[in-house]
Amino acid sequence: MKDTIKRLLQYTASVVLLYALIQLLIFAGIINEYYQVTLAMICINIILAVSLNLITGFTGQFSLGHAGFMSIGAYTCALMTLRVGGLFSFILGILLGAILAAMVGFIIGMPTLRLKGDYLAIATLGFAEIIRIILLNLDFTGGARGLADIPRYTNWTWLYIFTVICIVVTVNFIKSSHGRVCISIREDEIAAETLGINITRYKVLSFVIGAFFAGIAGALYASYFYYIKPGLFGFLKSIDILVIVVLGGMGSITGSILASIFLAVISTYLQAFAEFRMIIYAVILVIIMIFRPQGLMGTKEFKPEQVEKRIKERNNR
Amino acid sequence: MPILSIKNLTMAFGGLAALTNINITVEKDELVGLIGPNGAGKTTIFNLLTGIYTPTQGVIEYQQNGSTRTINKLKPHVISSLGIARTFQNIRLFKDLTVLDNIRISIHKNVNYGVMPAFFKLPRVYSEEREILGKSNEILEIFGLESKKYELAKNLPYGEQRRLEIARALATNPSLLLLDEPAAGMNPNETSMLTDLIKWIWKEYGLTILLIEHDMSVVMKICERIYVLDYGMLIAEGTPEEIRTNKRVIQAYLGGELQNDA
Repeated sequence: MKDTIKRLLQYTASVVLLYALIQLLIFAGIINEYYQVTLAMICINIILAVSLNLITGFTGQFSLGHAGFMSIGAYTCALMTLRVGGLFSFILGILLGAILAAMVGFIIGMPTLRLKGDYLAIATLGFAEIIRIILLNLDFTGGARGLADIPRYTNWTWLYIFTVICIVVTVNFIKSSHGRVCISIREDEIAAETLGINITRYKVLSFVIGAFFAGIAGALYASYFYYIKPGLFGFLKSIDILVIVVLGGMGSITGSILASIFLAVISTYLQAFAEFRMIIYAVILVIIMIFRPQGLMGTKEFKPEQVEKRIKERNNR
Repeated sequence: MPILSIKNLTMAFGGLAALTNINITVEKDELVGLIGPNGAGKTTIFNLLTGIYTPTQGVIEYQQNGSTRTINKLKPHVISSLGIARTFQNIRLFKDLTVLDNIRISIHKNVNYGVMPAFFKLPRVYSEEREILGKSNEILEIFGLESKKYELAKNLPYGEQRRLEIARALATNPSLLLLDEPAAGMNPNETSMLTDLIKWIWKEYGLTILLIEHDMSVVMKICERIYVLDYGMLIAEGTPEEIRTNKRVIQAYLGGELQNDA
């Protein structure tokens, strides 16, 4: 018990420290306006990748519709801040967007999660397209023009808070008995079922949690980049998120975090190469997949305790 | 009162009748064997009993706490919660998870904390998780897997994987246990150890066991009654002695024409 509290304090301290450090760098101007965009992309991608990893990496349900859930959060928050305005509407927009995305996730999940593998991927892809086309054809979402001049409330503080919440909640869930059940569905559905596990319930649950956080990511995105349109949330965006998850390692939260940072940093530095940028980006992906097909982390997690142990062992030698 | 009664069970996959008109009853506390040549339909019966398939015809009745329920239209997880557990012919462990997690997952239905407390890891999650851990360790100790609890299931030797699968089925706290070829692929030494283990858990937990097995040494040694299946039909039923001398059984296993002997 004492150890648990001690570890909890250590984690809290390092989380606060990291926040303060980056905030300091922003004040000092070392992280300038340009790099702040990268920072925002990292945070949003972490939320997206971690939540998709819960669905695809841990529960084993191959989903290609994550951008659809993201768009629901984005539009909800954008409309809230445009119509109502103020910080309160921003926070309300995030929560409402996340809840709406989760509800849509539930409605989509109920019928589609009976499908397996490729069929599920195609069905989720289809539903994400339906969401996009609905947004394209509604009047109050601005149609193909999208929504412009969205007030910017998203800043480093909000991004960090929601990223931390997303990671902590997801990790807690995975480490709980409910999370273990989700992993068992990935490992062997039939065995899980005969052990008394209602697999449909847990598939839908992980889908809903994933959709919830994708909604948050979308809301943060809308409020950071001033402008959203349906085209941003097409299936290419879903693929982008999947690439992060696969690159980091399906079933590794730290892998998803690492891959989000890695890809964002690479694409920032590749800006200098203009037209070659996408080619180099693709080549890097291909090389990583050849040499580490299981992703950067596989299903392993990076744990500070293990590093501590290693260092101690080395010192004792 | 029989704990399990299968009445006129028929299962057809398209035009192929895998099982025709099967009648089996298992009394409480019995250890019943189910044998037959390859492809006779033994595992199909298990799949019907656990709700993986729905029978084409017939009923399966299961008796629990004095009330009888028809279970042939229920889902696998509901059937499991009624107290029927099984193992699989081709081991179906959660291979990439630890031995401990394999057991912990099967105790999941005892978990009382909801999803919300899990998200925020409230104190009750800690205390319940500790309880689960204690229970799992108990089971692992009984099956002699305590020292290997942090190993991945796929890294265990074959015999131990079989044992872990039985342990995992027992962790769901069943009253009827279905064992599908538990001795498959074991050497004589491992087989005799397993036979003792099955006998022990049968008595210790007050279980009713239905056992599919090819290894006659196991079946003849521990089963009180045996059903013999061939081409989806029951061809004999009786004590090990009766089955050993039954002509139709010998023919099913060794081949030969029935009319030659008649």
